[in-house]
Amino acid sequence: MITLKINGLDVSVEQGTTVLEAANFLGFPIPTLCHMEGLSPYGACRLCVVEIGEGPKAKLVSSCTYPAQEGLKVRTASNRVIRARRMILELLLASCPQSKTIQDLASAHGIRQQRFRQEYEDCILCGLCVRMCDEQMMAKAIGFRGRGENRSIGTPFDVKSDVCRTCGGCMYICPACQLRCTYNEPEKAICGGCANLTPPCLEKEHFDDMMCYMDPCVACEIETKTDK
Amino acid sequence: MIQKAALSNGDEVMTQQDVDPVIITKIVEKHNKDRGEIIAILEEIQTEYGYLPEEALRIVSDKTKRSLVDIYGIATFYRLFSLKPRGKHLVCACLGTACHVRGAPRIVEELQSQLGIQAGETTADMEFTLETVNCLGACALGPVVVIDGHYFSKVKKSGIGQLLEKARTGFDKIDIAKDKRIFPIEVSCPHCNRSLMDESFAIDNHPSIRVAISFDHQDGWLRLSCLYGSYNISTELDVPMDTVVKFNCPHCHVELPSTSNCAMCKAPMVPLLVRGGGIAKICSRRGCKNHMLDVL
Repeated sequence: MITLKINGLDVSVEQGTTVLEAANFLGFPIPTLCHMEGLSPYGACRLCVVEIGEGPKAKLVSSCTYPAQEGLKVRTASNRVIRARRMILELLLASCPQSKTIQDLASAHGIRQQRFRQEYEDCILCGLCVRMCDEQMMAKAIGFRGRGENRSIGTPFDVKSDVCRTCGGCMYICPACQLRCTYNEPEKAICGGCANLTPPCLEKEHFDDMMCYMDPCVACEIETKTDK
Repeated sequence: MIQKAALSNGDEVMTQQDVDPVIITKIVEKHNKDRGEIIAILEEIQTEYGYLPEEALRIVSDKTKRSLVDIYGIATFYRLFSLKPRGKHLVCACLGTACHVRGAPRIVEELQSQLGIQAGETTADMEFTLETVNCLGACALGPVVVIDGHYFSKVKKSGIGQLLEKARTGFDKIDIAKDKRIFPIEVSCPHCNRSLMDESFAIDNHPSIRVAISFDHQDGWLRLSCLYGSYNISTELDVPMDTVVKFNCPHCHVELPSTSNCAMCKAPMVPLLVRGGGIAKICSRRGCKNHMLDVL
């Protein structure tokens, strides 16, 4: 067992626990975007920053990837942490202002305006879908491509992957794509990702091991309605 | 690895050669599949084809049991890998800070207008690919242009046409008449001391050296270039690469006695007596280019 101090409170956690898990155990809220239980921590969004150490040696780390250490002193809501978090949110909001998840987070942190040019990206490169595809769906159909400003997520060579079972897990988990259920109105969809994908329910007989994550799925609803 | 295919109307177009799965499999098997040696594998495929064909990546993914996404991610992450076919000559212009202030943008503009392509593109005849890099670490020499691995320093706008012309003919071409490293030697058998020179058969426009060779119960003649440093040979036998052959004197039929082994491949070195004093030694393994000259 490891004993560490979070916001002045002692907590004992097992070896291998992350600071984020320890803080959640104590009930200190740390906002996250790219973190999800069941997927390996990635540390892409940096929303979960906390301050560790004391005095001039104090530094900001991402709590989802930082392992709990004996005697570690963590502050989850110091002035410095709040400032950093608000800046990160503001930048995220600028790159993807149409995302409901990011809007809600920004609102909860009291961000009423943002100073940066809005980019309307359809991806914030959080890697949730990549990890979902790899670790939960065991498909490894999508991944990161390129580097720097050309970095993007997708299938190799931009063609439909042989290993993709069109489970929809990537769209279910995506914090940036909010209109995943406008399949029946593709011209209104923002990212268009779902419009290029055949809903798995329409060709269910091709996929014996299909796991559908679309909930609620408009495509399913249309089909059941026409059947009746 | 780009082949020319003639169309019915006489125009020549470039087609990409099909990927040979045997070659790719051989490259993959050379490396340790369990540990991350994907970069080394991809590097080797790129040397083979000049770029990374899609089919090759699929084979690599199949053989290494890694997902195609991983391999594609690596191939798109590193700048040295290209997924598009590249030209025969790679022109790299440095646009780093030092080169930039010394006028590299104008050099790139000149390259672009002379080649008729933008940076990152390949000419239609598949001769040149133009790329820009952000620093080559030779800032004192700027502006730097690298063509096919040859560095050119303090490049001027006026000299670019000449550089490209030189690249077309090839930088590695050696002028035998002018190059001092290459000179003809006259050799004889170290056993019977009779000359091995053959005036009737010329290689590199000089009389050739005639010896008898044998391997695998096959006998025949072999003629070597008498230019020291030239690897041109002619033989009536089809000698596979890496075969160690026996050298015999065509006059006294004695095997040329080897006194030492090749430092590179451990095959016997064959001595030849050089007129004017000295012994030239050549490696007896086909394909090994080791040779030396002992002046007595």
